Amino acid sequence: MAVQEQAHPLRQERNRGAGQVAPRADFQRSRQYGPMIEDILAHLALIFILLVVLFPVLWVISLALDPRNIARPTSLRLIPPGASLDAFRRILTEPLPNNVGFWTMFRNSMVVSLGTSVVVTAFAVTAAYAFARFRFPGRKWGLFAFIAVQMLPGVATLAPLFVLLNSITVPGADDRLRATLLGLSIAYVSTALPFAIWNLKGYIDTLPTDLEQAAMVDGAGPNRAFIDVILPLILPALAVTMLLGFMAGWTEFILAWTFISDASRITLAMGLYSLQGEYSSQVPWSEFAAMSILITLPVVVVFFLLQRWFVSGLAIGAVKG
Amino acid sequence: MGQQTIGQVGAAGPVTGIAEERRGEPAAPKRGRGSDYRLPFLYILPAAAVLGLVTLYPIVYQIYMSLTDYTRRNLRGNPPEFVGLDNFARILTNDLGISNFNFYRTLAFNVTWTVTNVFFHVTIGIAIALLLNRKRRIIGRRFFRSVFIFPWAMPPLVVAIVWRNMFNREFGAVNLLLGSLGIPNDIRWLESTNAPISFLGFLPLAFYAVLLVNVWLGWPFMMVVATGALQSIPGDLYEAATIDGANRWRQLWDITVPLLQPAMVPAIMYGSILTFNQFNVIYFITGGGPFGRTQILVTQAFELVNPQGLYGVAAAYSIIIFFVLLAITLLQNRYLRGLEVA
Repeated sequence: MAVQEQAHPLRQERNRGAGQVAPRADFQRSRQYGPMIEDILAHLALIFILLVVLFPVLWVISLALDPRNIARPTSLRLIPPGASLDAFRRILTEPLPNNVGFWTMFRNSMVVSLGTSVVVTAFAVTAAYAFARFRFPGRKWGLFAFIAVQMLPGVATLAPLFVLLNSITVPGADDRLRATLLGLSIAYVSTALPFAIWNLKGYIDTLPTDLEQAAMVDGAGPNRAFIDVILPLILPALAVTMLLGFMAGWTEFILAWTFISDASRITLAMGLYSLQGEYSSQVPWSEFAAMSILITLPVVVVFFLLQRWFVSGLAIGAVKG
Repeated sequence: MGQQTIGQVGAAGPVTGIAEERRGEPAAPKRGRGSDYRLPFLYILPAAAVLGLVTLYPIVYQIYMSLTDYTRRNLRGNPPEFVGLDNFARILTNDLGISNFNFYRTLAFNVTWTVTNVFFHVTIGIAIALLLNRKRRIIGRRFFRSVFIFPWAMPPLVVAIVWRNMFNREFGAVNLLLGSLGIPNDIRWLESTNAPISFLGFLPLAFYAVLLVNVWLGWPFMMVVATGALQSIPGDLYEAATIDGANRWRQLWDITVPLLQPAMVPAIMYGSILTFNQFNVIYFITGGGPFGRTQILVTQAFELVNPQGLYGVAAAYSIIIFFVLLAITLLQNRYLRGLEVA
């Protein structure tokens, strides 16, 4: 690794400057106490960062525990006087200001995110395999299209999806497809599927081809190789793809807020947003905080369970990059 | 849908993909070549059918819509009128009759927003990764590492709504904290039109508020990437440099930074697209205000659909966003990749 040759003119100048700032004598003297002082400073810095990271989290927890149902939170205390879980109880058992209960929203979010992630993963897996292992005309174009589609933010196809799904009437129900949970799921599939294919293709790319080749020498066709060799190997990636899809749908706002009009079909993200009123004195602070925690908890737990995988996924990206 | 969440975890996938394709075909068995393509097409067919229907068709329809005056009144079935490139012209001349709509200001703010954010994400992320990676003992190293990724793990929607309430003038945690430190605490973070830095007059106080939130949100990702790369730098490089008399500052710039680059470049490219499209933080905290001065392209696009209902204009606006993103990606691909030693 030719490190020396890398020196950029700008960087060399900076180095010279730095050398002048720290004269040799100083360096010698600080040798004895330096490391210890540095240790202390490092830990102080880390504790400071910890406080900054946790500040909002602690604030939400303390609000949620506050029993005064908080028209006006005017002091900062981690455990407020008379802390209780009452706000959680109210959120879970009583309807919100918009007359919809937590469990209705929970069910709606669950149906949409779970449905989307299962459907998407099922459709993505065979396509990902084909893109990873076969060469065929149009392959490059297909891959390029995936990148292009992923570059589009979710908002970018909002207008056509709304108009198109709105033009379909659901037989039986007196409603447009757009306003139903099925319509919302279709819109989710539209943005989630390219990502899922790309993600799984990337994972299959990292697998050695020896096993499939061995299976084929033994007389297995590509279908057998896919079902008996690849599928078992990519089970963890399938699970992760599914969970990523689920997590995205769980807190999706843009499409849900635009599509859903019937109160009984609103999702958790919509519910949380509508909890904060126009004026700060109207915000039911404790309940808002309790609901934030209830929505966040599953996502954070999943994230920390899968953390290992994310980090290694990143490492692979780093090597390839 | 919430590509923020999805993408941030899938990280660097799309970006490295570009490079991979550029550098030639990945080594893989060459089945199907020359003979029979039926099998791969069969494998792709289900996904292709779904994608064609729910992704490709809407995109094509979007192009058609962008050329029409589609609005709410066309939803009941009467077809919109064809207006040619009128929507594009009206967007680019700020002639939509929407208050505070200014395409160029929004674009300029969006770029400023992205550059400042990514700068802080990368510097803070690397600095903290270095701190946690130091050779001498750190009490609770693993504890810090796992708690520090907390902001990344939280759903951005919840983070943004929580922070919005934290910036509340009377009851928000930020002003309460300032108050308990004895600092004047009647700050109207999100409504004030004052620009704290006078020569950056186009950046109201709300910009610094959302910047703070998004920096809080974004640095852990860079820290994780940098940590991975730091741990793959062989320690004997530093030993050799110490023997040669290089001080630590010099080692940082001559060993650490160059060897971090291959991992950081894709992360930066990826992170800047993510930040450029950071809907949640802007929409839920400032809502683009005060007076549209913290509006970014995606929040503006959303408002064109909901509540404005200008579907044709929104379609045109989205197409413009696509080309802006394409330009950014191509520029980055060219200049950031040029930094690499390959």
